[in-house]
Amino acid sequence: MLKIADKEFSSRLLLGTGKYPSFDIQKQAVAVSEAEILTFAVRRMDIFEASQPNFLEQLDLTRYTLLPNTAGASTAEEAVHIARLAKASGLCDMVKVEIIGCSRSLLPDPVETLRATEMLLEEGFIVLPYTSDDVVLARRLCELGVHAIMPGAAPIGSGRGILNPLNLSLIIEQSNVPVIIDAGVGSPKDAAFAMELGADGVLLNTAVSEAANPVMMAEAMKLAIEAGRLGYKAGRMPVRDYGVASSPTEGLVTN
Amino acid sequence: MKKTIDLNGKSYSVVPEVATIQQLLEHLGLSDRILIVEKNKEILQKDHYDAPIMDRDQIEIIHFVGGG
Repeated sequence: MLKIADKEFSSRLLLGTGKYPSFDIQKQAVAVSEAEILTFAVRRMDIFEASQPNFLEQLDLTRYTLLPNTAGASTAEEAVHIARLAKASGLCDMVKVEIIGCSRSLLPDPVETLRATEMLLEEGFIVLPYTSDDVVLARRLCELGVHAIMPGAAPIGSGRGILNPLNLSLIIEQSNVPVIIDAGVGSPKDAAFAMELGADGVLLNTAVSEAANPVMMAEAMKLAIEAGRLGYKAGRMPVRDYGVASSPTEGLVTN
Repeated sequence: MKKTIDLNGKSYSVVPEVATIQQLLEHLGLSDRILIVEKNKEILQKDHYDAPIMDRDQIEIIHFVGGG
């Protein structure tokens, strides 16, 4: 079970809800993924086009935990404001702190992320900061009392996979809260790798929504995360520099 | 008196029968939607939708959209 604050989840896949080709495909992808935590962004409603369908309103909200993000914020104050808006919906008390510090790479602003996290914890939110793979920053965030930490594998939407497995391993090793690898996952191998490193979960969006077949990819990600988790728990064999025979070296029937 | 408010960044004339936030949401056909209302930069909790709408109020109607 993945435990975040006082909530328990049987799925270790957290799924983003952006950029799907259609609501129908998105609904199927969400169902197949078996994700229980879905991320959303907070935006001004286009009230003059309000008849447009809204994905959130089509979900059975008793089955999902909403994780609103603070995307669009570039300062701690803006992030706190977005988090308060999300909470006022009465639907969620968790927030993904996402404060972009570089418009090109979309990498998070470490200083504002730290500040916002502190402010939101003070206000009683369940706080999951999206952060870089900086080990010391991750430790500082943990020390503030975050409920999970979400280091990125690679820039958001880049699909480059895990660029710094060493740093992620160090973050996982030192963390006293769940570590969820967020952003940059491109394929099932990346998700499995994250779990094999000992991550507690993976948050991804574009890897599914931009796949040629998002529904199939949602299932692939679910299986990859399960496989990676099992592999981690099973304890992998040592890595060696030379070959070691799998078949007996005694009783050879050759000369 | 005719009321003109700033609604989601656009100038909006409020019809006379709309006096509160709740009535505005009903008028816009939004009363059963999942949304959050901000009035003059203050977030309104659900039990405060009886707040009156005054001329030149700045109202924001916010909701959840797809995101990662």
